[in-house]
Amino acid sequence: MIQILFFFFAALAAGAAINVLVQKHVLYSALSLILMLTATSVLFILLGADFLAVIQIIVYAGAIMVLFVFVIMLLNLPVDEDGADRLRWLKFIGIPLGLFFLFLVTATLWNVQAGTGTQSRFVGSPQAIGQSLFTDYLLPFEVTSLLILIALVGAVVFAKKDL
Amino acid sequence: MAQFFQMQDLGAITPELELVAFGMFLLIFDLMVQEKRRLGLIALAGIAISGFFLFRLRGTDFSAYGGVLALDPFSIFFKTIFLVAAALSVAISLKYLDIERENHGEYYALILFSTMGMMFMAGAVDLVTLYIGLETMAIATYVLVGFLRSNQRSNEASMKYFLLGAFSSGILLYGMSLLYGLSGSTRFVDIAEALSRRPLTDPISLLAMITLSAGMFFKVAAVPFHQWTPDAYEGAPTSITAFMSVAVKAASFAMMVRIFMVAIYPLRPQWVPIMAAVSVMTMTIGNIAAITQSNVKRMLAYSSISHAGYILIGFIAGNETGLTAVPLYLFIYTFTNLGAWAVIVALRRKDVIGEQIDDMAGLFFRHPAGAVLMLIFLLSLAGIPPTAGFIGKYYLFAAAIQTGHNALAVIAVLNAAISIYFYFRIVVSMFMREATEKTGLVYAPGLTMTLAIAIVFTLLIGVYPDPFIAMARQAVILGF
Repeated sequence: MIQILFFFFAALAAGAAINVLVQKHVLYSALSLILMLTATSVLFILLGADFLAVIQIIVYAGAIMVLFVFVIMLLNLPVDEDGADRLRWLKFIGIPLGLFFLFLVTATLWNVQAGTGTQSRFVGSPQAIGQSLFTDYLLPFEVTSLLILIALVGAVVFAKKDL
Repeated sequence: MAQFFQMQDLGAITPELELVAFGMFLLIFDLMVQEKRRLGLIALAGIAISGFFLFRLRGTDFSAYGGVLALDPFSIFFKTIFLVAAALSVAISLKYLDIERENHGEYYALILFSTMGMMFMAGAVDLVTLYIGLETMAIATYVLVGFLRSNQRSNEASMKYFLLGAFSSGILLYGMSLLYGLSGSTRFVDIAEALSRRPLTDPISLLAMITLSAGMFFKVAAVPFHQWTPDAYEGAPTSITAFMSVAVKAASFAMMVRIFMVAIYPLRPQWVPIMAAVSVMTMTIGNIAAITQSNVKRMLAYSSISHAGYILIGFIAGNETGLTAVPLYLFIYTFTNLGAWAVIVALRRKDVIGEQIDDMAGLFFRHPAGAVLMLIFLLSLAGIPPTAGFIGKYYLFAAAIQTGHNALAVIAVLNAAISIYFYFRIVVSMFMREATEKTGLVYAPGLTMTLAIAIVFTLLIGVYPDPFIAMARQAVILGF
């Protein structure tokens, strides 16, 4: 059962990810991205990372994507008609190189033997994450708050006409 | 259960905390003062106080926050470099921002925040802390690059830097996640231990190593991951270009030393050939591309790429000389390069951009002192004695020969010879051509101070390097 679910949602995520790239209309790309993120969050649930799955939906598929769609609507972007002609040749290099990298990664991961360690039932739970945030990762957690402040200041700097 | 937080830990990050406090103070104070130049002076005071706290921590060797942050001579040496670079960059910004009419408190606050991120990077011995420090530094720098908001080139540079930086962070994180998967820990020592138990040709270790190195080569702008550098350096405000080319680069190298010499040290036989190839390409392509540039900012951007190539030699050698040479070279490079950028900042006047080589024509006749200072900085960048640059290059090349990398040393010396050619294009323009421009350089106390400090250290390290070498050696001898 878990395997069927895994393959279904993994295929969905991969398909949606490809769709993000090939769609000409930005809005369709954004909607495919939401689908991709949601499908990935199901994979997280299957791995026992409930907290990550919920966060993925709330933050990425929810908040960030709503902003994306909002901005696209506001800017009323035209349909991308074969723009960026001078970058066309990049397709012929980029796609083979990307596939080659995919091949390398697949070939590497294919031969890996599964680990022998046992997975704790609580490893992905909100409790476990909260605990490690405030013990092992106390310092990075606190610095992250500054990181967000900096991003905020940066957004204001760029957006405001006269500071 | 281990102690995760003690009061001592707070003491270990006082220099960083102090920078944060001043940064936030600047953001608020910006609303209250009309004379924006005062904000720069406050930022300078903040950096000085942070330096004082750092000085009080000297000689400590202590692992804070349950072992995610190391306060060792290595991190203290690098934090000194960051503070010096930040102080000198703020000093050259004062007048420059007035001319560009973008003198705001946020600018100085972001420089302080960025420096704070670098300090965490230099101290991090844990992947998560390292990454958060890296992003703190990077996000502040992306904004600073685009700070000339009405200037299209600046906006474009910021956008390019941001997109490529985010992409490279993704690759870096991929490597980090694989390392975490392999070892079950984010601490560098645990990762090294886990890697040493696996065979040297283990495919996953190699994949982790390659993605991690690609991400890091991106951050230090090594070829073939260098394309963002000329655009970002050219478009950014010149004072920020100076800051990026020394401080951001030094922070990235501090991170590289920790990763390569601790975390993935067991894979050293595998990464040395990769790094050697990257080093040769970086030196050669950086120098050859610099020859054809007519814009001084772009030329110095390519020159900064090639310097990254020289520094990589220290990692390849990997012995005590080589590792000493990395912080030493970065320390020297800080003063020399900031000095050269300060001269270019001084060329920026009300209606003159001052970035083309032609803008420097006849500088010697208009402003002999400026031209002579620039000459000395360029000699130091090229590595000609008795300037400091020679000492740095000498140590790097000596390390390569000591460890039997003779071919690498020969290529590096040839590259240093090429670099003399394009540095001297600037010199020829300054000394031997008719002045096309009549206005002199901009005079400002901050600029004069920066030039004075830079020239004193460039010459002092050149003629009396012993104390600085001893400091650099002490920085690496304990940890690695």
